[in-house]
Amino acid sequence: MVNYDENGTPKKNKLSLQIDLSKFEPATDEEKKQQDVMSKSSTFFKDGMKKLRKNPLAMASMIVLVLIIVLIIVAPLVIPYGYSEILSVNGKRDKGAKNLAPFTYSKMEQKYIDEGNYRFPHVFGTDEQCRDYFVRVIYGTRVSLVVGFFASLIVLIIGMIYGSISGYLGGTVDLIMMRIVDIIYSLPDMLMVILLSVVFKEVLVFPDGSILAKLGTNMVSLFIVFGLLYWVGMARLIRGQILSIKENDYVLAARTVGAKAGRIIRSHILPNCLSVIIISTALQIPSAIFTESYLSFIGLGVQAPMPSLGSLANAARQGLQTYPYKLVFPALAICLIVLSLNLLGDGMRDAFDPKLRR
Amino acid sequence: MENYEHLLSVQNLHTAFSTDNGTVQAVNGISFNLDKGKTLGIVGESGSGKSVTAYSVMQILSENGKITEGNVLFKGDNITKWSEKQMRSFRGKSCSIIFQDPMTSLNPVFTVGNQIMEGIRLHSTQYQSSPKERALEMLKLVGINEPEKRLKQYPYELSGGMRQRVMIAMALACEPDILIADEPTTALDVTIQAQILELMQDLQKRMGMAIIMVTHDLGVIAEMCDEIIVMYGGRICERGTADEIFYNPRHEYTKGLLRSIPSGANMKQRLIPISGTPINMLNMPKGCAFCPRCDSAMKICLEQIPDEISINENHKASCWVNIRDEQMKEKEAVTT
Amino acid sequence: MARYIIKRVILAVLTVFIISAITFFLMHAIPGGPFNKEKALSQATIDALNQRYNLDKPLVEQFFIYIRELLKGDFGVSLKNGREIGQIIGESFPISARLGFTAVAFALVLGTILGSLAALTRNKLPDRIIIFFSTLFTAVPSFVLATLLLLVFCIQLQWLPVWSTQTPNYVLPVIALAAYPMAYTTRLAKTSMLDALDQDYIRTARAKGVAHWKIIFKHALRNSLIPVITYAGPEIAYIITGSMVVETVFTIGGIGSQFVSAITNRDYTMIMATTIFLAALMVVANLICDLLYKAVDPRIKYD
Repeated sequence: MVNYDENGTPKKNKLSLQIDLSKFEPATDEEKKQQDVMSKSSTFFKDGMKKLRKNPLAMASMIVLVLIIVLIIVAPLVIPYGYSEILSVNGKRDKGAKNLAPFTYSKMEQKYIDEGNYRFPHVFGTDEQCRDYFVRVIYGTRVSLVVGFFASLIVLIIGMIYGSISGYLGGTVDLIMMRIVDIIYSLPDMLMVILLSVVFKEVLVFPDGSILAKLGTNMVSLFIVFGLLYWVGMARLIRGQILSIKENDYVLAARTVGAKAGRIIRSHILPNCLSVIIISTALQIPSAIFTESYLSFIGLGVQAPMPSLGSLANAARQGLQTYPYKLVFPALAICLIVLSLNLLGDGMRDAFDPKLRR
Repeated sequence: MENYEHLLSVQNLHTAFSTDNGTVQAVNGISFNLDKGKTLGIVGESGSGKSVTAYSVMQILSENGKITEGNVLFKGDNITKWSEKQMRSFRGKSCSIIFQDPMTSLNPVFTVGNQIMEGIRLHSTQYQSSPKERALEMLKLVGINEPEKRLKQYPYELSGGMRQRVMIAMALACEPDILIADEPTTALDVTIQAQILELMQDLQKRMGMAIIMVTHDLGVIAEMCDEIIVMYGGRICERGTADEIFYNPRHEYTKGLLRSIPSGANMKQRLIPISGTPINMLNMPKGCAFCPRCDSAMKICLEQIPDEISINENHKASCWVNIRDEQMKEKEAVTT
Repeated sequence: MARYIIKRVILAVLTVFIISAITFFLMHAIPGGPFNKEKALSQATIDALNQRYNLDKPLVEQFFIYIRELLKGDFGVSLKNGREIGQIIGESFPISARLGFTAVAFALVLGTILGSLAALTRNKLPDRIIIFFSTLFTAVPSFVLATLLLLVFCIQLQWLPVWSTQTPNYVLPVIALAAYPMAYTTRLAKTSMLDALDQDYIRTARAKGVAHWKIIFKHALRNSLIPVITYAGPEIAYIITGSMVVETVFTIGGIGSQFVSAITNRDYTMIMATTIFLAALMVVANLICDLLYKAVDPRIKYD
């Protein structure tokens, strides 16, 4: 408590004159250290993970995604129906199993059950070609996730290599490379994607039975298209990062010691871009899934009978009035996946972006 | 109130910020007075609380900051109790502030003229009808050439020194009683620094405002200030005239600072930096804030914040070493 | 400034040219050509094709003839029904334009308002509600939303009629089309408003005694609009591509649904012409946005 005199200056505390003289002994180093409480230091990564864990939405999304992944791996092992399998009872094609509502059975199946046999329930019902819908939605989800993931991977790899070379070498090389990027960037991507898909559909022919044929021309063309067009954003990002880091002193220090360009890029520059790369990739995946389902919706997606969430949604338009559930399930699936990925990506950005610290 | 002792009187000011990691006590009991036409210098490291003190006076703290204790009296009125509306007429009119980085402190999408005239239109009764003339007059006053042209330019088109001059013009357009300068020359080249300081002194002579100069640069302080306050850990270590502080430092922190910078006194000697790292304001210690880094630390320093004692009429310090020395002298006087 | 505009325009024209070239040569890369002889084309169509497309000339020459005709307004003939593509576009584009403009305006204006509102009421109820819905809608693709809206409001609840030329109801299609861009704009506007409010010049304005609302509407808003305008270009592109599915779902006879049926029907001449048309549209939209952006932010150098 400080008292003030008439002038507004603080008065001396009279009691302080009666201080014990032994207190004027010098303080030891340990005593001083006790006063000095520094905040715990931790690495950037640990800091970020801690923040991420505190974000309930991001954590919930991560759980949802894990559950989905588990589901799409486990479910096909459990469910006895194939995604292109036309339902049959005792070897006979079940024509009556068309467009069944969820958890209902066809007449033939009901008879089969009444005879004392077990028939795995159709959790999502069936579609207009008498196929179990739940399995199709599961496979559709698989396709979406796989495409989303690998497309983003392609974007990442190409973009990273291109961007690092351009950014690190600089000069004319950088200029030319960036001009190319500008040209590609200014092309309307969706139109080009559609165009390329249309062309590839006719042009690409795979030998029967090969893995590529199974994937279907459209899936492959999708990857080619992503590889050709979507890496430019990542390349620009990486190049920007490299340009700003390149001038940093620790890079200069590495160069004076004689480290080669590749090593410098790998061990000094890229780790610092890591957070930006991760966040950008995490947000690229839902975008890729969007594109894939869009293409599938207009008929340029994966080849039938392989289902995609987009093509399922499109097919559902036919019987929309009478069988609304056929739309709802794939729609919900897309939204759930994209939402979780978005929330997770947002959470990661909030946690790892150094500019956002308070 | 018509009769008042000092133009500005800060009494036992405490300011704290609530952050993700806890409460940061940035200012812990600052008191000082400022009189008309005088220049007060507040000196300290980054994080010592000097800028926060200035912002507290003008109440332009960020959202998570608050004055938790103490009073600020302007011409006798307690402005900490004022409403936001009253504060708005205080800011820019009675008291102005210029900041460290003029590039980011000026709005990039508006012209220089627009920004200067904004303040004039807000506060000035005198120049209400001709804000543009006043703006031109101010630009000339701060030494900017081609003022008509500059008025229409954007901040990015001017050099660093010119931008700072624009800031000064903006701050002084309504003839405030107090000008606060928060590290005004830190972002500028050394040669420009000298020009800006000279300009400020010149304007002070002409317009008669009081100046609070907040800086970590001891050279700047020595040049300009009638009184100096040395801050550390949100508290005042020592206060006095430039001569007293520089030639007779009585706080271990001040002594450490002076030892660590090149000067005429230690030209051939090694510079001795202050050991340790700046204090963590999340956990203020019980005793003296500087204790962990102090070579002369005593047991009492750990436990009690030192009282402020007068060294002489122009000089006060808060350091137990002084009290110990005084006590020893008293003892000697008794025994002899 | 004028030099800058001219440079941008030239670049835009060049881009459209490149796109036309890519489109043309890609279409002709299809085996059997776009003029697939397997299809049962009527003699009239075959004659028209031969005449219009000069199929006996070398490919490059065909390309330049095509461009020349395009500039004259002749878009060629549809493989499906032999109609003048120019006419098809002329009929369907105005419908799409109405839909598109409404959606863009909706998304940009409402998005900016909501985003700024969210920034100003940070962490309070309005912010939370706005962010909740905008996060939700960035996860819903336009075709999903379109089909769901159709299902709920047209079919099940029957509140709104299905679109036809007699009952042109744009409410649902606009919502389906604008939802994602609006959600995105909202979040962008919020971030950029918060960013602007964090800047030093806001502190300066406060220190000058500027009132709270004036700080927001004069000092912060102008700066926060810059990123939003930057996004307007991609947003328009999104709406153009989105219109394809939205029109298909709501059975609106716009240029988007024409494009989709052309793809389904392998109507290559139609695909080619429409692609170039839509691409030109996007390029022009980007150009306008670019110029607008430079007008708002004086920091950008006109190089």
